[in-house]
This record gives sequence, C-alpha cells and structure tokens, in this order.
Amino acid sequence: MTTMTTSRRRWRNTAVGLSFLLPNLIGFLILTLIPVGLLFYYAFTEWNVFGGATWTGLDNFRQMAADTTFWTALRNTLYYAAFHIPLTLGVSLGLALLLNRKLRGVAFFRTVAFFPYITSIVAIAQIWNMLFSPGFGPINELLRWIGVDSPPGWTTSADWSMPAVIIVGTWRDMGYYMLLFLAGLQTIPGQLYEAATVDGASAWQRFRAVTLPGLRPTTFFITVLLTIGSFKVFDLILVMTNGGPGQSTLVLAQYIFRKGFEENQFGYASAVSIVLFAICLVVTVIQFVVNKRRRS
Amino acid sequence: MTTLLSASVSEKVDVASSPRRPSRWWRVIGYGALGAAGIVVLLPFYWMVLSSLKTNNEVFTIPVQWITTDPVWSNYADIWSKSNMTTWLGNTVFLSAVVTLLQVLTGSFAAYGFAKIQFPGRDVLFLAYIGTLAVPWQSYMVPQFVMMTKLQLTDTLWSIVALQAFGALGVFMMKQFYETIPDELLDAARIDGMSEYGIYRRIMLPLSVPALASLTLITAVTTWNDYMGPLIYLRSPDLWTIQIGLKSFINQYNAEYALIMTGSVLSVLPIVVVFLLGQRYFVEGIATTGLKG
Repeated sequence: MTTMTTSRRRWRNTAVGLSFLLPNLIGFLILTLIPVGLLFYYAFTEWNVFGGATWTGLDNFRQMAADTTFWTALRNTLYYAAFHIPLTLGVSLGLALLLNRKLRGVAFFRTVAFFPYITSIVAIAQIWNMLFSPGFGPINELLRWIGVDSPPGWTTSADWSMPAVIIVGTWRDMGYYMLLFLAGLQTIPGQLYEAATVDGASAWQRFRAVTLPGLRPTTFFITVLLTIGSFKVFDLILVMTNGGPGQSTLVLAQYIFRKGFEENQFGYASAVSIVLFAICLVVTVIQFVVNKRRRS
Repeated sequence: MTTLLSASVSEKVDVASSPRRPSRWWRVIGYGALGAAGIVVLLPFYWMVLSSLKTNNEVFTIPVQWITTDPVWSNYADIWSKSNMTTWLGNTVFLSAVVTLLQVLTGSFAAYGFAKIQFPGRDVLFLAYIGTLAVPWQSYMVPQFVMMTKLQLTDTLWSIVALQAFGALGVFMMKQFYETIPDELLDAARIDGMSEYGIYRRIMLPLSVPALASLTLITAVTTWNDYMGPLIYLRSPDLWTIQIGLKSFINQYNAEYALIMTGSVLSVLPIVVVFLLGQRYFVEGIATTGLKG
C-alpha cells in the first residue's frame, strides 16, 4: 500500500516537475543541446552544394593540420589570451581594491566602471578605431605630445593591431570582473584585517596574508571565466579589424565564422569548432585540477 | 556591551591621536587613482558624445578640441533622414521585449521545477543546462544555423527570439535564487492544498521580484547589444537591429565621422538609461550569477 502511494507520488512529481521544465526545455533541447551534439557529427562530414552531409571521417582534421591559416588563427588566439587574461585580472583587481575603500565618489565610480561592459561592440569598436586613428587620432596625438616621434599605426599595422584589440578588450571587460572581485572582497571578514593590523602588519603584508588568500576562490573563478572569454573572443575583433590587417588579428572563432558562414564549409568549420571547444574544456579542467590540488 | 563600547571609543581616540600623514597620503593616492581610472573609462564616451556634436572636419582637428563652442545639434536630426534608424530601433525594441519576456517566464518556471520539485533525472538535466553555459556559442553556431535553416527560421525576427529566449542563464539564475527560499514555506502551502502552479504564481513570483528584475535587465541589455546573432540570421535590411544597422551605416558613410558618432550615441543611450534606472538589480544579478557559477 505504502509503496503504491510513494510510486504514485513519484510519478505525479515527475509529471508536475517536467511540466514546469517543458516550455524552456523544448527550446533549449532543439536550439542548444541538439546543435552541440550535432557538432560532433558535422566535424566528420563534408557538405555538398545541395546541402547534404557526407561522412568523410578524419579528413577535416587532416586538412586542418596542413592549413596554415588555421595555425595562424590558433596562434593569434593564444596571443590574445596570453595578454588579455593577466592584464584584465590585474586591472580589475586593482580597481576593486580601489573601489573597496571608503573614498568619496566610490559609488559613482562603481557605476561608471560598468559602462564599457553594457555598451555595444559596434559602438565601442567605432569609438576606439577613431581614437586609435594613426594620423589624427587623439591617442597618437597624446603620444606625440609626450615625445614619441613615430607613434604606432594601431589597427592599420600588422604589429600593433593585436595590442590595440587587447587594450580595448581589457577596457571593456574590466568593469565586469571588478564587480566579481568586489563581491569577493566583501566576503573577507573585517576582523582578519583588524587582527593583522594589531600584529603590526603593513598594508602590503595585509594584502599578501589576508586579501589574496581570501580572494582565492573568486580569483580562481574569474580566471576560468576570463580564459574561456579570451579563447572565444570574436565580435570585438570582427568589428574592429575584421581579422586584419592581413591575418594579424584573425582568431579561431572568426575563422569558424569565415569557413562556416562565408564559405559554407559547414563540416570544416565544425571541425575547427571542436578544436575551440576542446581548448576551452581542457583549460577549464586543468584550472579545476590545479585549484583542487592547491586547496588540499 | 560597555567593554565593547569603550574599546571602540579608545580605538577612535587612538586613531585621532596617531600621526595622520600616512592615511592622508593614502587618500591622496586613492583619489589620484580614482580620477585616473575615471578618465580612462569615461574619456572614450565623452569623446563619442563630443564628436557627435561637431562637424566632420572638426572631429579630427589637431589639437583635439575638448570643448565644442557651438554644438551641431542638426546631426541628431540628419541621422534619421540618412538612415533607417526608426526601423532598426523598432526591431531591436521588439526583440529585446519578446526575448526578455520569454526568458524570464520560461526560465523562472523551469527554475521552480529544478529547485523545488524532486523527480528522477532532474539533476542530470540540470547538469546539461549548466554544461552548455561553459560551451562557447562560437563552437556550435554552425550546427545551430543548419538547424534553424531546416526549421525555416533564418531571416526572420523569430530566429533571434529562438536563439536567445531559451538560454540556460535564466534558468540558472532563477534556480540560484529559489534555493534561498526555505522549503518549509512551500510545504506549509502544500499542506494547505495549494497546487505547485499556485505556489509558483502566488508565493515564488512575488518573492522573486528582485531576481526577476536582475534577469530582465541583463537579458534586455544582452539582446539589445547582440551583434553576432543578427549578423548571421537577419539578412533583409528591414529586419536589421540597431547594431547591424549602425555597422552598415558606418560602412556606407565611412567619412561622416560626426554622424557615425551620433548613431553610436543613439545606439548606446537607451541602454545607459535602462542601466541607470535598474543599476542595483543589474549589479546584484551579475554578482550572484558570476560568483556561484
């Protein structure tokens, strides 16, 4: 008798629970989950002009290994990540420490620091492209004024286009990560600082002994987010430089876009997508493992 | 109590009598850094607004004119006749509204199922939601496009609705919030004979207004600013959103610097207003979803 009622309750719960999920689940299943699954099929296919897929096994991956543009895109992605991650981490932590103090105007600055993050990529890219304009832009004018004879060509130069993109990427993201750091700082108990002060610790020592360890979970989480964010960087670069000049700012995500939507090579684009996906996965797993080991 | 009080008083006295120089120096450095950070963040925006009020020739004069003596307000009239601003803004408002409504409704509804109803398979399903949050969209946008083509949704506004409205973020965010509401409250309602749908509508929804506001703002801003979705899916010019429209305007009038900045201001302005109005919810939403991911 009791087993009957529990199993009936269980069935009823499942039905009611699913009915709550359904409106969202159907959309999610069709538009996110299935495409993610299909990715692993498409990557092993070739698409013909009639829109059908033929299984070609590892062909796409062999092609990729010999594709110099793919390697350039991968290298550029690593270049972007290698500078964008530490730079954003440093700047946003600095901002958070600054805005965590009791200074007048701090509330205003917390709001303001968030502006770049809520502004659209198109507007941001356009403003900065004009600021970076080699001949007449305010940035180079400033550089000339402080005595730089031949300031960089920024987005028009193959050597300086990536630094320009990294600067704008950092400027855009810092407010968001600052907010996460601020939330992390607020979880550190004030007594710890008081105790450290009583023990005669200097500001730097307090930062090393209290702030940094207290922020560790936050820092870890932000690093994961930032890493994935850096590897999938795309629209900012697409709008600012369109991958150029030459291939100097072409990144993996844009290469996927180019192959898939401009050249209709769905199979090959999916194969490159798998590489991007795998990198993000591996990096995340490594970060989790390292974090776990450090904690234990 | 008295010891606590006297302790804090003596501390204050201590601070007051100790030499003030270090703390004052820290303040000076702090304000200096604050000012510098403010300039770095705000100057590009100031330059955008300033340029939108200049003539084309004035935008790039050397040295830069940081104040404009007679603003060219006519830029703000001209752009409406030179572009399809009205269409673009209309489409963007429509998309932001529909996507946000669907995301908030279906997301919070599903979140209740995930947070408060026990049934087999629930946690596995939720893991699938969370898992896709970590998968970069760029890596499955191609298969997704093929599917949307088969559903014949491409080149309709509904493609963007489909793309954005059922994301995992809303479910995740609302579930986080619902889990802070004690189960005892719901059990009491259940004993009183209230159905799960009644509990959702009459207890959970009213309690979750701040979380709903956060989700609403974040979704609306994301949809408004989305560039890649519309770029891939919306080919007909009369379906363009403000981002796509602005980008095509930039390509078409690439020497009209002042007008381009006017368009940029117009594309940013609504978001800034929305953000300033709901700033608290926005920041709360980011801070909670960010940290618990």
